[in-house]
Amino acid sequence: MSAFELRPVMTIAAKECRDRIRNRWALAVASVFTVFALAIAYFGAAQQGSVGLRSADVTIASLVSLVIYLVPLIALMLGYDAIVGERERGSLALLMSLPITRSELLLGKFAGLALALTLATTIGFSIVGVLLAMRFGAVALVHYAGFVASAVGLGLAFLSISVLISVVAATRIGASGMAIVAWFGFVLVYDLVLLALLVAFSSRLPSTVVPALLLANPADAFRMVNIFGFADMARFYGLATVVPRSLANPQVQAAALVAWILVPLGLATWRFR
Amino acid sequence: MNANSIEVRGVARHYGPVRAVDGVDLAVAHGEVMGLIGHNGAGKTTLFKMMLGLERPSAGAIKIDGIAVSGPRFRDVRRRVGYMPETTSLYPNLTGLETLRFFARLKNADAKQCTTLLARVGLGHAGARPVRQYSKGMAQRLLFAQALLGQPRILFLDEPTHGLDPSGVSDFYATLDELRTHGVTIVLTSHVLSEVEQRVDRLALMSAGKLQACGSVQALREALDLPLAFDVAVRDDAEPDLRAVLTPFAIEPDIRDGRARFRCARGAKVGVLAALSGLGQRLLDVTLKEPTLEDVYLGYRKAAQ
Repeated sequence: MSAFELRPVMTIAAKECRDRIRNRWALAVASVFTVFALAIAYFGAAQQGSVGLRSADVTIASLVSLVIYLVPLIALMLGYDAIVGERERGSLALLMSLPITRSELLLGKFAGLALALTLATTIGFSIVGVLLAMRFGAVALVHYAGFVASAVGLGLAFLSISVLISVVAATRIGASGMAIVAWFGFVLVYDLVLLALLVAFSSRLPSTVVPALLLANPADAFRMVNIFGFADMARFYGLATVVPRSLANPQVQAAALVAWILVPLGLATWRFR
Repeated sequence: MNANSIEVRGVARHYGPVRAVDGVDLAVAHGEVMGLIGHNGAGKTTLFKMMLGLERPSAGAIKIDGIAVSGPRFRDVRRRVGYMPETTSLYPNLTGLETLRFFARLKNADAKQCTTLLARVGLGHAGARPVRQYSKGMAQRLLFAQALLGQPRILFLDEPTHGLDPSGVSDFYATLDELRTHGVTIVLTSHVLSEVEQRVDRLALMSAGKLQACGSVQALREALDLPLAFDVAVRDDAEPDLRAVLTPFAIEPDIRDGRARFRCARGAKVGVLAALSGLGQRLLDVTLKEPTLEDVYLGYRKAAQ
């Protein structure tokens, strides 16, 4: 086993990121985030009979749903062909003939895509952040920055899942199918199953089970981080009394999100070896 | 310094019950040009990949300059090696020069040589253009330049002239000749046997995962004892006598438009030539052709079946 080297990881990461910037992927994603974020932040309170920016917490609450639907989808589409695409194009054999390890290649790919996703997400949500800061001051900006950081974390978690898919899948088409299934599973189906479980077995389930199961889904972990990160929102959602104190800790929820970045990536590295 | 550049010892690669490569021994000397040929599925690609360390053998060992290709010093091995795959689409959004610089950094090669290498493969004018605008031949030239990064001591070239136009093929082999004079070891595969025939020191012929034969083109020809092809031009009035002089050799020539074509065993060559000389002034021309590499290849395939 050869020692891990950082230089090839950085080289591959730089190339991947530059590729996404040059083919305008990053620009397109940042534009989508900007348009949706502005629209939702401005019209999010329309049901309550008003438009325009309200408090930072309400703006964040409005944007959480957008992020849960959009960011995982974009992250999965970004990374699903990271490895299987190279294999199909024939460039994987060429890369592996160079003095680099498979782990270095995989981590370089992930780092480059992660950087592109982070840039697109941060830039995409930045205009709303500037507006919030101008209207409500620095505290609002700090809250909003926390939300954007958690959105980046959610993106990286799904990017990690997509890289695992790209390692496991035999073809690009298969990988895209698996990515779509993952999106449906985590974003749409998981909560329905959890709800059904709750309805069917609520009296017999220990109180920690459902909150723990929520953390076992990166999309729900993201939602919980943002709900429990702000006292007003926790009260607003009425979850503070339902979720046990141990799992209501935003640090635990953030740790769950970080685990969702590290575990699939670790599995992908192990599998790709 | 090891006597051999590449040493393959008892190498096998099994995929379940399928023996893609089955007990191959092969040694390639420093500065030698070795051709690896065989039909589709013969195992040459798998052997190629194992020599590059892209696949681990199920059994046996492969060393390059005395170092195990998949061992802890694999980076040392790969810095000595240049690889040109057969079909690879490079990164369309990078320019030719950026592509070379990317591979140079990964190979720890001096990035300054990228411009020189582009010029060397005839892409000096296209270095700033995105690879997506390259023709197939240009992409192939770029792949060749990539293989030359870091001044490799050993080159693995998989169907290197695939997609090149005749001048590209000529340029490619001119560069290969130059590398050869500098002692670079070259292993290449090709389905264009007429190209390979003139350019390799030795050929390794694979069939059903085994090394069926290995040697110079001439040695392979002689080992197979394939007949020689005669093309004889005679005056019209000499046709009956030509048939007569060939009868003792049991040769029935195909005579059309004043030319007789026939094959004869290598051992009968001198006798046939002597008999033909008996035709005197009526014999206008004699062309003697050795079996082509294609004939040799087909002969070995037939023998294997």
